[in-house]
Order: sequence, then C-alpha cells, then structure tokens
Amino acid sequence: MNAPVPLIEVEQLEAWYGRRRVLHGVDFAVNAGEIRVIMGGSGSGKSTLLRHLLGLQRPVSGRVKLFGVDLREASERALLDVRKRIGVSFQGGALLTSLTVGENVALPLREHTTLDESTIRIMSRLKLEVVNLGGFQDLMPSQLSGGMVKRAALARAIVMDPRLLFFDEPSAGLDPVVSAELDELILRLRDALRMTIVVVTHELESAFKIADTITVLDQGNILTTGTVAAVRASDNERIQDLLNRRPREVQVDADAYLKRLTEEEA
Amino acid sequence: MNALARPLGDLGRATLGAFAGVGYAAMLLLEACYYVFAGWRIGQPVRIAAVARQMREIGANALPIVALLGFTVGLMLGIQFIASLSEFGAQSQVVVAVAKSVTREFGALITAILVAGRSGSALAARIGSMSVSQEVDALAVIGIEPVRYLVAPALVAMLVMLPALTIFANAVAIFGAALYSAPALNVTPTAYLLQTMSLLSTGDLWQGLSKSVVFAVLITLIGVSTGFSVSGGAEGVGRATTRSVVLSICWIIVVDMVFSFFLNR
Repeated sequence: MNAPVPLIEVEQLEAWYGRRRVLHGVDFAVNAGEIRVIMGGSGSGKSTLLRHLLGLQRPVSGRVKLFGVDLREASERALLDVRKRIGVSFQGGALLTSLTVGENVALPLREHTTLDESTIRIMSRLKLEVVNLGGFQDLMPSQLSGGMVKRAALARAIVMDPRLLFFDEPSAGLDPVVSAELDELILRLRDALRMTIVVVTHELESAFKIADTITVLDQGNILTTGTVAAVRASDNERIQDLLNRRPREVQVDADAYLKRLTEEEA
Repeated sequence: MNALARPLGDLGRATLGAFAGVGYAAMLLLEACYYVFAGWRIGQPVRIAAVARQMREIGANALPIVALLGFTVGLMLGIQFIASLSEFGAQSQVVVAVAKSVTREFGALITAILVAGRSGSALAARIGSMSVSQEVDALAVIGIEPVRYLVAPALVAMLVMLPALTIFANAVAIFGAALYSAPALNVTPTAYLLQTMSLLSTGDLWQGLSKSVVFAVLITLIGVSTGFSVSGGAEGVGRATTRSVVLSICWIIVVDMVFSFFLNR
C-alpha cells in the first residue's frame, strides 16, 4: 500500500450527554502506520470520542468508520470482524479480575481462534515478554502495580496482532520512569509490528515524544490536527494555553450564570 | 400547584424507571436466549466451561446451606403441624400436610430466597464492579458480547441448578420432618417416608419445580440488570447488590403467591 489509506474516518460526529453537547461535528481521519495522539484537557470530549471510535457508543449523528466499515450500520458479524482487528488498552487496564494475568492475555485468542492450548500459552507469554512482564502470567491482576497492570493490558490488546491499537491515557497515574518506558514501548510496537496507534492523553511530554500527528480537542471541537512541530507553532490561543499550562480565562455570561444558579432542575 | 407537580413528577419518573427496568431485563433475557441457541453461528458461543463454573458456584457450593435450611424448615413444619393438628386429634394428617407444603411451597421458596441472597447478589456485585472498572467495555471491544459471556452462562446454570437444589431441599426438609414427627406418631422414620412417597403426586412436585424455574429467571435477570446499571463507583456496586437481593426476594414472594393462586384453582 503506497497511498495512505485512512484506517479511521470520522465524519461530523456529534455526541450529547443529556442536554449537554459533548462533541460538535467532529471530523478526522487516521492513516495506516501513524501514531496519532488525541490531546485535550479534561472535559474536552476525548474520552467520548474514544468510546465512539471503539463502537461502545452509537453516534447520535455522523459516522465512524474503522477499516472502511461504518460502525453504526455494521452487522454483528462485521462488527466482530472489526473488533478482532483492533486492540484497546483502557485507562485503568480493565483486566478481568477473576482471571490471572496469563488468562487475561490469552482471552482474545481463546475466544476468537481455534488454536490449541499450548500455542495459546506460548503466544500469550510471548506478548507478556514484549511488555517486559515475562514470568508474571500466574499472578492475579490485583497483585500487580499500576504500571504492570497497564503493560499487561497492553499485552492483551496486542495479542491478536491488531492493525489498529487504541491506548487510553498511557501515563495517567504512573511515575515518570514507568510512563517513559511505556512511551518507548508504544514506539517499538509501531516499528516492530507496523501498527497504527491512537493514543488519548493529556500528558504533553509523552504526547510530543510519541506522536507523528496530534489532534487537539477542546470543548468538543477539533482545534487542529497536524504534526508535532505544527501544533507547537500553532497561533491558536487555546492550544497555546494547553501547551503552556495557562489557566483558562473563563468568560461569564451573566444571563446563563443566573439561570444556572436559580434553575430548579439544572 | 408546584407542591402537587413535584410528587406527581417523581411518581411519573419512578414509574417510567420501573418500566424501563422491566424492559431492560426482558431485553437481556431475549439476548441471552439468543446467544444460548444461536450464538455459535455468529461467533459468540456460550462456553460449556463457563456454564459449568456457574453451576458449581450457584448449585454445588450452595448444597450445605440449602441442606441446613431445608432440614430446619422441615423440622419446624413437623413441630408446628404436630402441635396444631393434635388440637383436633388429627396428628396422622401431619404426613400429608408436611409433604404437600414442602413440595408445593417451602422447598422452592426457601431455596430461591437463599440463592437470591447468595448468587443473585454475587452476580450483581460481579457485573457491577466489572462495569465500574471498564471490564465490560473491555470485553465488548475484545469482541466478546458481555451478555453472552456474563449473562447467558449464569442463566443456564441457574435454570438447571435452582430446580435441582429445590428437589434436594424438598428431600432434606421431608427427612427433617420425619425425624421429629415419626416418634410423635409412633411410626419409624422409614414408614413415615414411605407414606410420604405414597401420598405425594407428581403434580405437587411439578408445582414447586415450575415455580423454581420462574424464580431462576427472576434471580438472574434482577442480578445482572442491576449489575449492568451500576454507576457511581464502589458505593454504587454496594447499592446495586443490596437492591438486587431486596428486589429478588420481593418478586419471588409475589410471583410465588400469584403462581399458587393460579395453580390451585
């Protein structure tokens, strides 16, 4: 494949929580082989965007396509096919607490392949080695530290050799060394396994280190999408606020303010 | 006006919520059945190993406590019937009274209440904490339908094990009653049990068993639906667990009454 084919296409995606609009007609595309970082402060809608990309939430309007398959209109079979080709590492790891680390990593193989038990065991141990957790397969998730849980979750996410990997807040709650290690790991995965990787984060340092391109979200709007250098050089005020850790200047709308204070069912 | 509007509004919301809850549970039931019968065709098979694990948790592990409670209830019924029937000099009717009340009513009811407390709450807690920690989402994106993986095995296991436990409870309860009543009636326990067998009709057993099948569906659905609708972290999980037990027991007793009414017309 010479011409870049977008693996992810999002068109005019809208999302609402009750009366609050969380995403305002978001458009974006991710090409094969790139590491895209979706960046934004808390409440910017990045988690909501991720949930839509994963097909966990149905769009109110707009489209989300992975590998050219429209998630809203896909049949159950087609959706399952898409899901076999993606891997997701959740913010808290989301390892199944009733299974050992090894069983967690082996779970996608057990469910989606007909490989025999010893092959599954070898493959899952191999992925644990990739994330430097060799020998930890018999522990329960509760016995692991925060960084180890994230790495184990990453091992589970890549066990099916997905073409597309989603990573939610890789460095949240981790010490700088561990989070730097995770960043290295993400880069290695792209280089060694040719994965397309989407990382959602609010950590600037890690974002700049791993990203090929960055999408900046703010209050449900995409401010910009571009290379690291382009984002750094952007003259958009909100982006510069985010980059320089400047507090937002909140403009108060007097009418709306009064309404919020006095309304009975806010 | 406002004073009236608010409680009315609350009532309306609560009613809507209740209907939504019933609808949600019904949808879960349909989906679970779909995966049990046709899941393998769309790559979502319900694993026998998962069903077996649930059967062990719901059924086998509950045997000691079901035995204890069944025995105690049997003993209690023996004591009460001997005492009250002897007022009319009708002690000999104890055998039939115990046999029918246990098989038609108490065996199924006691077992269901116990399983609701043990396994219904466990389902709610497990699924609740899984949704809080994004494990349910993780299952979905791995391509494992949460209903297929979490609900269907529990439903199948409950449908097999609750009737099985009910039969077991019936037997233990009648045995308990025999131990107390036989000496009071001047017969041997064996003779008591043989008489019970001759007095019981299959209809009596079916009444209890058919109820236990309905209870099984109720316990599973209430457990899993409260579990899936957990929000608000660990506290939410605790609330859901309590709620599932209270709801299950209320529904079990109400449904029991309704069934008894229709089955004995």
